[in-house]
Amino acid sequence: MNQHELNQLDVNLSRRGFFAAAGAGLFVFFGVNRVNAYQEPARLPQRQNMPSDLNAYLRIGADGRVTCFSGKVELGQGCTTSLAQLLAEELDVEYNSVDMVLGDTDLCPYDMGTFGSMCIPMFAPALRAAAAEARAVLLQMAAEQLQAPVERLQVKAGVVTDPSTPAKRITYAQLVEGKRIERHLANVPLKPVAKFTVAAHPAARKDALDKVTGKGKYAADFAFPGLLHGRVVRPPAHGAKLLSADTSAAEKFGARVVRDGDLLAVLHERPDLADRALGLVKAQFDPPPPTVDDKTIFDHLLKTAPPSRPVGAKGDLAAGEKVSTTIVEETYLNSYVAHAPIETHSATANIENGKVTVWVSTQAPFSVKPQVAQALGFTPQNVRIIAPYVGGGFGGKSAGPQAVEAARLAKATGKPVQVVWNRAEEFFYDTFRPAAVVKIRAGLTSAGKIALWDFNVVGAGEREADSFYDIPNKRALSAGGWQGGNPPGMHPFGVGPWRAPSVNTNSFARESHMDILAAKAGIDPLEFRLNHLSDARLRRVLEAAAKQFGWKAAKAPSGRGVGVACGVYSGACSATMAEVSVNKTTGHVQVKRMVSALDVGWAVNPDGMRQQMEGCLTMGLGYTLTEEVHFKDGEVLDRNFGSYELPRFSWLPKIETILIDNPGAAALGGGEPPIITVGAVVANAIYDAVGARMLQLPMTPERVAEALKKKA
Amino acid sequence: MERTISFTLNGKPASVKVDDERMLLWVLRSDLGLTGTKFGCGEALCGACTVIVDKQAVRSCSTPVKDVAGKQIMTIEGLGQNGLHAIQQAFLEHHAFQCGYCTPGMILTAYALLLKTPKPTHDEIIRHMDDNLCRCGAHVRIVDAIQDAAGTAKGGAL
Repeated sequence: MNQHELNQLDVNLSRRGFFAAAGAGLFVFFGVNRVNAYQEPARLPQRQNMPSDLNAYLRIGADGRVTCFSGKVELGQGCTTSLAQLLAEELDVEYNSVDMVLGDTDLCPYDMGTFGSMCIPMFAPALRAAAAEARAVLLQMAAEQLQAPVERLQVKAGVVTDPSTPAKRITYAQLVEGKRIERHLANVPLKPVAKFTVAAHPAARKDALDKVTGKGKYAADFAFPGLLHGRVVRPPAHGAKLLSADTSAAEKFGARVVRDGDLLAVLHERPDLADRALGLVKAQFDPPPPTVDDKTIFDHLLKTAPPSRPVGAKGDLAAGEKVSTTIVEETYLNSYVAHAPIETHSATANIENGKVTVWVSTQAPFSVKPQVAQALGFTPQNVRIIAPYVGGGFGGKSAGPQAVEAARLAKATGKPVQVVWNRAEEFFYDTFRPAAVVKIRAGLTSAGKIALWDFNVVGAGEREADSFYDIPNKRALSAGGWQGGNPPGMHPFGVGPWRAPSVNTNSFARESHMDILAAKAGIDPLEFRLNHLSDARLRRVLEAAAKQFGWKAAKAPSGRGVGVACGVYSGACSATMAEVSVNKTTGHVQVKRMVSALDVGWAVNPDGMRQQMEGCLTMGLGYTLTEEVHFKDGEVLDRNFGSYELPRFSWLPKIETILIDNPGAAALGGGEPPIITVGAVVANAIYDAVGARMLQLPMTPERVAEALKKKA
Repeated sequence: MERTISFTLNGKPASVKVDDERMLLWVLRSDLGLTGTKFGCGEALCGACTVIVDKQAVRSCSTPVKDVAGKQIMTIEGLGQNGLHAIQQAFLEHHAFQCGYCTPGMILTAYALLLKTPKPTHDEIIRHMDDNLCRCGAHVRIVDAIQDAAGTAKGGAL
């Protein structure tokens, strides 16, 4: 069976299993194929292979509590809260009566995974429609019970009343009690967003109490009698082959040793003693041949990349060249960047009566399931994957190899097994944001208008490579990327999605180049952007940010250290302005203030959206200022946070967030959009401060100092 | 050396018979089943494993259990045993977390700050919290929450 067939089988099995297990109540089943009716097509992100089958179950129990079963995962982005708000809103029940069950492959229907800011745009419309339908069914039933016309009935907090006869009232709980109700109503209208009282308003996070008390469980917090902690013998470098291993000292220490094909592991009932046992294994590896390092990688990418593909074109480049009076050509670089969630990849596997359950930190439990099934030789119905609270994902937990390791070791030992990667493993096996090279050749007319734009990205991927600015003659080319299609050896280790994949790289290059052109044209960088922008929503975020920031037009470099950048991610429009100070001796950059405006249509949880914006801006400072993976010949030299520096409290700028209210538009996700602006807004502010143009991320003090020296 | 180490844990006497070089983090999580204390880096670089030992915030991943013999240990499970502590309440109200994984360490590091400095300035908070990492970027809210807790803690509440 291929993956798709496995998934289909899984969907059918879980649907039947769910019916058998769930008993009485009102059930509503819905799929994401309903989505399109409620979306503004032009803003819908392009996604291939989204599942079209059931995507969630909704249950109203006899106790009046409403449960939503969804394959989505709570990574911290707050979908437990925002999805519950939508459900409460459309169903007219109390927000506090809604329970969310997420990421459990036995209880929840198939979901492709939690990434790409897709929870809200892809899932929310279907959830709303399902809740509205359930409400309509319940009202119809209430009308029969109360013998009142359905139009006259009102519902509040799950209680249906007939205002003309106050004694006539019945609760949702009474309506569904003891019955299995399956009714279908077509074309139930949704509430207009303007009438919302729960959604589109700030809500208390449902995961708050669990998280401030330490009671919330993550994959490594599950324990069973006899639990063993597995530590896998790892190669020192990618490409290194195991020649021999002497495990006798580890065994003498009291560890169990498992050799299962390519898997060599030691196990101990205490995690730290398993670490100690691992240190006693004498393993010999065949060193890999010399390849590339973090300095030579950019030439390597250009040499090994597949042929470029056109991903956007308009007009005629030669014509643009002809009318241009100034040509500006630059190359932008960014290094590999790690996800570095504070929770490392973790899994706890337990096999009972021929069925394995794995608690795993993953963004995609339904993708992990067939992998575990295949590794163990189990049928899919004998594999249950549960993604409990996940301690940060950012795209780095899109798979779950540690689940397979834990499950294999559990099968081999006959004991429950936990595998928790240490920090060095987390760096080594991370699927990094790819290193990339972007070349842009652009031409300006004497009137200060862009007549030519030739954008060529290698390594990062094509998303948002095509510019949204009004340019008559333009082209975008892309070669290789985070989604695959890279020749073997192009990237010396795994690459994958990293919060706003492709778009951080492409936005950094585009928005930096826009600033260079603005400076050449002698025009204020905000004005220059607006001169090339007819997209109303992008104009609006720029103008909103400028108003809040107090942007005063000036030609850069003005010495004030202010910058602007904007961009689009999955349909959402983001604009950020920043103020920086630069230490001209050390090259150290301190971001003092960031003002960011975001248009996601309307925010299901405005406070949650602000949390995501603040998170994006803060996390974005990392890839902008310090974060780059150091490596040489397949060896990842960063093994902990000593050399790989994450943003800290002392970096904090004053952060101001602006939500553009656009209730007529589709609701979009906000977990990613603002992060795409951070690289360029800081680079542009540095240029405005000191007149040095930074072309490579991260803009470490050394690179800034070097750029200042070069300029002098 | 394997021996019995006794200490006070969340207000109650506790003892473990362990190799006394083992790190407190693993004894808490594995031997004693207190999983609120998190592993993040194993080298005292991230603060996820922070616990309170005799009123000081310490990194349990790098504290041998022999060093805590006879001492008072408090983990996140011990804070707010009688209802949420002011810092927990402030983190909850400010939504000063996202994934929540660094949160116990953040709360206990802040707790140690407020023990020593009940009314910290913004800069004191930044300096004290600087070695605790949060990848989600909840920093601004964490600072707000600590300031709020310091304002509402009313001295003796800690």
